[in-house]
Amino acid sequence: MYSNKVIDHGTPARPGPATVTVQIDGAAVTVPAGTSVLRAAVDAGVRIPKLCATDSLEAFGSCRLCLVEVEGRRGFPASCTTPCEPGMRVRTQSKRLADLRRGVMELYISDHPLDCLTCPANGNCELQDMAGVTGLREVRYGQDGANHLTGAKDTSNPYFSFDPTKCIVCSRCVRACDEVQGTFALTVQGRGFDSKIAAGPVDFMASECVSCGACVQACPTATLIEKSIAEQGQPDHAVVTTCAYCGVGCSFRAEMKGAEVVRMVPHKDGKANHGHSCVKGRFAWGYATHPDRIRTPMVRDRITDPWREVTWDEAIAHAAREIRRIQDRHGRDSVGGITSSRCTNEETYLVQKLVRAAFGNNNVDTCARVCHSPTGYGLKTTLGESAGTQDFDSVEHSDCIVVIGANPTDGHPVFASRMKQRLRQGAKLIVVDPRRIDLVRTPHVVADFHLQLRPGTNVAVLNALAHVVVTEGLAKEDYVRARCEAAEYEKWKTFIALPKNSPEALEAETGVPAAQIRGAARLYATAGNAAIYYGLGVTEHSQGSTTVMAIANLAMATGNIGRPGVGVNPLRGQNNVQGSCDMGSFPHELPGYRHVADAATRERFAARWGVTLQDEPGLRIPNMFDAAIDGSFKALYVQGEDIAQSDPDTQHVQKALESLECLIVQDIFLNETAKYAHVFLPGSSFLEKDGTFTNAERRISPVRKVMPPLAGLADWEVTMALANALGYPMHYRHPAEIMAEIAELTPTFAGVSYDKLDRLGSIQWPCNDAAPEGTPVMHEQQFVRGKGRFVVTDYVATPERTSRRFPLILTTGRILSQYNVGAQTRRTGNTAWHRADELEIHPHDAEQRGIRDGDMVSLQSRKGETTLRAVVTERMQPGVVYTTFHHPESGVNVVTTENSDWATNCPEYKVTAVQVVLQAHKSDWQLGFAQAAEQQIGLLPGRARRGEGG
Amino acid sequence: MDVRKLVKMANEIGAFFAADPDHGLARENIALHLQRFWEPRMRRRILLHLDQGGEGLSEPVREALVGHRGRIEPRGGG
Repeated sequence: MYSNKVIDHGTPARPGPATVTVQIDGAAVTVPAGTSVLRAAVDAGVRIPKLCATDSLEAFGSCRLCLVEVEGRRGFPASCTTPCEPGMRVRTQSKRLADLRRGVMELYISDHPLDCLTCPANGNCELQDMAGVTGLREVRYGQDGANHLTGAKDTSNPYFSFDPTKCIVCSRCVRACDEVQGTFALTVQGRGFDSKIAAGPVDFMASECVSCGACVQACPTATLIEKSIAEQGQPDHAVVTTCAYCGVGCSFRAEMKGAEVVRMVPHKDGKANHGHSCVKGRFAWGYATHPDRIRTPMVRDRITDPWREVTWDEAIAHAAREIRRIQDRHGRDSVGGITSSRCTNEETYLVQKLVRAAFGNNNVDTCARVCHSPTGYGLKTTLGESAGTQDFDSVEHSDCIVVIGANPTDGHPVFASRMKQRLRQGAKLIVVDPRRIDLVRTPHVVADFHLQLRPGTNVAVLNALAHVVVTEGLAKEDYVRARCEAAEYEKWKTFIALPKNSPEALEAETGVPAAQIRGAARLYATAGNAAIYYGLGVTEHSQGSTTVMAIANLAMATGNIGRPGVGVNPLRGQNNVQGSCDMGSFPHELPGYRHVADAATRERFAARWGVTLQDEPGLRIPNMFDAAIDGSFKALYVQGEDIAQSDPDTQHVQKALESLECLIVQDIFLNETAKYAHVFLPGSSFLEKDGTFTNAERRISPVRKVMPPLAGLADWEVTMALANALGYPMHYRHPAEIMAEIAELTPTFAGVSYDKLDRLGSIQWPCNDAAPEGTPVMHEQQFVRGKGRFVVTDYVATPERTSRRFPLILTTGRILSQYNVGAQTRRTGNTAWHRADELEIHPHDAEQRGIRDGDMVSLQSRKGETTLRAVVTERMQPGVVYTTFHHPESGVNVVTTENSDWATNCPEYKVTAVQVVLQAHKSDWQLGFAQAAEQQIGLLPGRARRGEGG
Repeated sequence: MDVRKLVKMANEIGAFFAADPDHGLARENIALHLQRFWEPRMRRRILLHLDQGGEGLSEPVREALVGHRGRIEPRGGG
């Protein structure tokens, strides 16, 4: 449960303009209409005893503890289910009420183990508190009657236990699973005295439970409790910070004992997550203190040499010397850097500043290159800003939700729960995805349309949808006339109306029946508020940017931008992808998405930074690899990214990294990239530094240091030291000073400061004089670029083609329990759900190849091959196979190609022609990988053959 | 830089912009894209390739490189 130091209002807020004034124990209190008496009492400073009520759940009225007296009414209504009415006079304490409440508690305690002193919830137990509040002094029934005190504890979940002996069957856990998470994994089994909470017929691990923690949080006793609390005891203080996993950017209370995290609890006031969490943020934080953390800087001359531990000063001086040596010999542009979406805005800003001001070039890029760079290009071109249009709360106003190339229940689970809440309320759902993702059919949610397209045909499907909108007269012409460029619209309209863009003409190419396209287009255009959410299934294609622009076209044509409930919403993969892009991590853009050729902007930065800045774009990550192989790029500083695992065409990446004379890796672990490094600078986790992350809804949220950096320095301090060693002075005393500089130089951040973040909790940019507290929904009056711009989006098939030799299409993605390259989640209990990457294959394709579920198979492409375990599933369509990239030894990117988005070079991870055959042994690449990994571990000081290091 | 890869990338850029019915504008946009997003050594290499015959370049790209060479050629050091 929440810490009992956090106020529980008992029932959810009922926001709205109308108010009601009531008297609670003689004190007047005014609350929004619809507010419960229980909540109004809390507002009046009165705590009515309660057990089955909590403010994250709708009132249930079962525990009979929150009874009150209302003047002029008979009986004792439950205050949780009684709404305030004008003039109501409520009494919360009386002899009769006290007797009733004590009687209820007596019954509860008669069937509860009296082991409070050794109970893990001791000190933070609502049942214990209520026993005290109600003045329970004896249990007249004794403890020997029929009871539930002998049930076996379920410890199957790695993070929490379920002890039925302590359960009071208040059903808060069941309701949390239903209302908040939307998984419906728990139930109250049996009736009356036999009632018990059940997670399926076996245990929690064998159930549908997704381990989000909502039930644990809701439990008022020790029935459902974190194992970390059982092991470490109750925390003594808490710090509000921001999760370092996906782009939802959940706010958490890091509950601490000294400098040790005891548990992470979702922050009720967090505006991105409103008190909800997923298995990663809630539980998978143990990696931060994992023994694999490298805590001492290291250097070596060759990548086959043993690492030498050195001091920070020696490592930084060595790195700086190497950079300057290489620049002297190979030219100023022979070096570059990569910023990290896992680091803070302030750290990312410093790395790009280091490259631009100290290296003297624009060779800086970020991992958004391989995920959402097409979002930046596409939305900037059409709408004028490289970011999503809405806040997450917007989904509560949507009548139709379109999910394209995203799997929110796995990739963005907390937002998916919000989305499912809205869908359960009746919003329509269109899913565009080659796979039957969970959202297509989940408890109480069924997609109205699942356009199960062939991978690589997104643009064709979107053009076909737009064709229907235009040719059936469903476009919002008045909206377009008022808000978009007329000539471009006419050009687009003419193009999109061409017969080649009709659903019927494209059916053979996309694999989607024309009638489905027509139905979905009509629904989207006429539903009212229609919102599009998309993910990497849109961007990671050779036409990724085209697809983003096609989405924007569709939204503009139907008037679905500029108010709550609508919009174009990229679901960002990593926690700070939005922020790293905002901070000028791309080689052609300074912070705030301004091109380096823009003389006025460049001069402003040059003057502030005291240097001359280049006006030509630098190398993107794939260009860096090519330039390394051709010998014109020789040194790279990589902060917090694992390009050797995450980037496509692994052999090419490895060759590029081997070509470098100096690779400097800054990371918390010896990751795959570090195995090619000459300098290793230990990184700091999100728990070890101050800063900010910016999530997918442009929300800037504070990251707060709760423990000292394990290696002594936060990442921003390391970058600063490197700049100073290069002769470029950086002397920030705190990340707040870095943010002040960002605000000074970046118009969309002009109003952002740490003081304001402390006051507001978080801020959505743009934040400036026009919007001093931020901007939840963009483009409300007009588009950021002025008039919205329609772009002709001709469908061009991917160059990757299936053939007799490679007849299947491989598409890749993520799963719930693992995160990105897995460096964090593989070092947590989350491996209980996902120990290895697996290949999903349709039963038909499997049967043709003699493959049974669980067989080892070889996945082969024109680039390479690897061996994985097969999972035969009808989630896949025939002809398409799927896997994840969370484990380096899987070598999934050995198979993927160098094909990329035409505009941004974002790799085409989603389409690779492959063959799958039965194969018992590992591929040559995997054997070589294992050998090389072992060798590299052997080169670590004092850690030889300790196991995996990266 | 691997010129085969640069040719492929340039042709894909060309394929996108060539959908614009205004052919002149399409060529200009191809050149503008190369100028804004390609690092100078990549632009130099593709122009060298053009000078060597430009094998594999699509017509829109070839025309953009020829017609807007001044825009594509890197300014100064780069």
